[in-house]
Amino acid sequence: MTLPAHARYSWGADEFLLVEIAPDMSLEANFVANSMAAGLEEQSLPGIVDICPANASLLIRFNPDELAHTALQETLERLEAEVRRATVQELETRIIEVPVWYADPYTAETVQRFRQGYHQQPEGTDLDYAAAVNGLSGAEEFITRHHETPWIVSMVGFVAGLPFLFQLTPRERQLEVPKYLSPRTDTPPLTIGIGGCFTAHYSVRGAGGYQMLGITPTPIFDPEQKLPDFSDFMVLFRTGDIVKYRPVDEQEYRAIEAEVAAGTYRYKQAAVTFTLSDALADPDGYNHTLLEALNGA
Amino acid sequence: MALEIISPGLATTVQDRGRFGYYRYGIPQGGAMDQYSAALANRLAGNTPDEALLECTYLGPQLKSDVDAVIAVTGSPVEVLVDGESVAQNSRIELRAGQVLSFGVIKAGSKFFIAVAGGIDVPKVLGSRSTYPIGKMGGFEGRSVQAGDVLPVGTTLTTPLAPLNTAPADLIPTFEREMQVRVMLGLYDHKLTDEGLANLVEAEWTLTPVADRMGLRFDGPGAAWKQEQQPFGAGQDPSNITDAGYAVGSIQIPGGTQPIVLHCDAVSGGGYAQAATVISADMDLFARMSPGTKVRFVPVTMQEALDARAARAALLQRVWS
Repeated sequence: MTLPAHARYSWGADEFLLVEIAPDMSLEANFVANSMAAGLEEQSLPGIVDICPANASLLIRFNPDELAHTALQETLERLEAEVRRATVQELETRIIEVPVWYADPYTAETVQRFRQGYHQQPEGTDLDYAAAVNGLSGAEEFITRHHETPWIVSMVGFVAGLPFLFQLTPRERQLEVPKYLSPRTDTPPLTIGIGGCFTAHYSVRGAGGYQMLGITPTPIFDPEQKLPDFSDFMVLFRTGDIVKYRPVDEQEYRAIEAEVAAGTYRYKQAAVTFTLSDALADPDGYNHTLLEALNGA
Repeated sequence: MALEIISPGLATTVQDRGRFGYYRYGIPQGGAMDQYSAALANRLAGNTPDEALLECTYLGPQLKSDVDAVIAVTGSPVEVLVDGESVAQNSRIELRAGQVLSFGVIKAGSKFFIAVAGGIDVPKVLGSRSTYPIGKMGGFEGRSVQAGDVLPVGTTLTTPLAPLNTAPADLIPTFEREMQVRVMLGLYDHKLTDEGLANLVEAEWTLTPVADRMGLRFDGPGAAWKQEQQPFGAGQDPSNITDAGYAVGSIQIPGGTQPIVLHCDAVSGGGYAQAATVISADMDLFARMSPGTKVRFVPVTMQEALDARAARAALLQRVWS
């Protein structure tokens, strides 16, 4: 995977700068975007309002009364050069386990309400469709492929705390599924969906265009900060977090739901150093190492 | 001191200057949709620029205060009534304890603002009192106000400025049925066809009823995207991109049909290409439109955008002098 030699810089009027590392998604592009975001953050420049790393780009909001747009672009171009020169690209992050009740009745009910006029294949479920377009034998095989490798949070956004995740596996083995033809007006909260090559967790109930796979009992946005994993901040995920989905049945879903309600649930997680070159050189072996770190937790 | 909501109006929310620094987590800036009109209301009510106020949408609330209060109403032209008697908009109003404040039908635009001396004193969340309804946070219990709500009001502030009883005419915004909005082309404009780009900046666009604090959708001749091989991860439609952050004010055109201008409660990112961004000085204009308003998107340079920003700051400086 080769990135364009230079990022594309474009202004979103007088307060925003878009830096597109590549038009297409890759782990390498995401790594450059994240590293540039972290580098800019470190400089604590006056006039920086928001730094939003995204999948293969980053968006900066700035106050032009405090920071000249030309100075901002020069700073970012220097950072870009530094990030590209770095021979070791490492990310201090964590791997976190998310329980998923795949093919659950909540998303299944919503699937049935949005077929004709919304979906490419109104007959059958989103899971049936996702399996078919990936040439798999059925929903069960798709579910296995979805949870057997870890995913990395490549962007947080859309609505509060919603993560986009990119599958840590070579492109030819990545799941890829078209979005709905026309977005649903409703999605159950904590739905796990897939659209394009990204998995998303819907943090709140609302509109959505991703194919629905299942539901998790564990919150990712907690404005009242009731659960211990939210004591620092109301949003769980950060870009660079690594996620391992674990399939659960109804009984376990209910048990975790009760722990969440009681305010005692803790995510299973472990600190890891993610090394890009290792992940690219031996994806399966590296995933195995990541999962060992989690299972040792 | 408190305001009691007798009837809530269509969508009345607590807003202030906005919540900045959390966009990376998908939490929008929020804040009054017409920041200039909100500032003018605060000035007339004797506040600083930071106090929270009520933003009303088309149909205003009915409310009363438990003690004598000073208020001001700005924004969309609307008849302001105290116990059924008409009083002046864009002026300082004394609302006696128990008197009912209500409104007629708005004559233009979509948003008007009620400031009260002391400000609406709901708790700050992430540095702001603005309401984020989708996240159920900020404002009054994270939602639009409802009948029976009692909104706390802060203690009246001491400001060094002389009281302003009535806004001079040249400080009151105009509400036109035809507007020019200045934009800077960019972001993903290279993906538009030549004809699409020409349509975007030359055609007249009409605001549809699909318009709110998140985004405003315009009807017109369409603006087509090039049919090209789509990059991996972007999605099949030519209007799709690999999901990226959205600039506030950016203009996306899903399917190449209706441009959508993202506003203060917009989603922070997604997979639709944007071709231009409204300059910061013109963002308030979208609260002064209503369905049917005709808009032209006029491309300007960065220098012109910065000059317009300075001119707006100078106008606000006059409000606060």
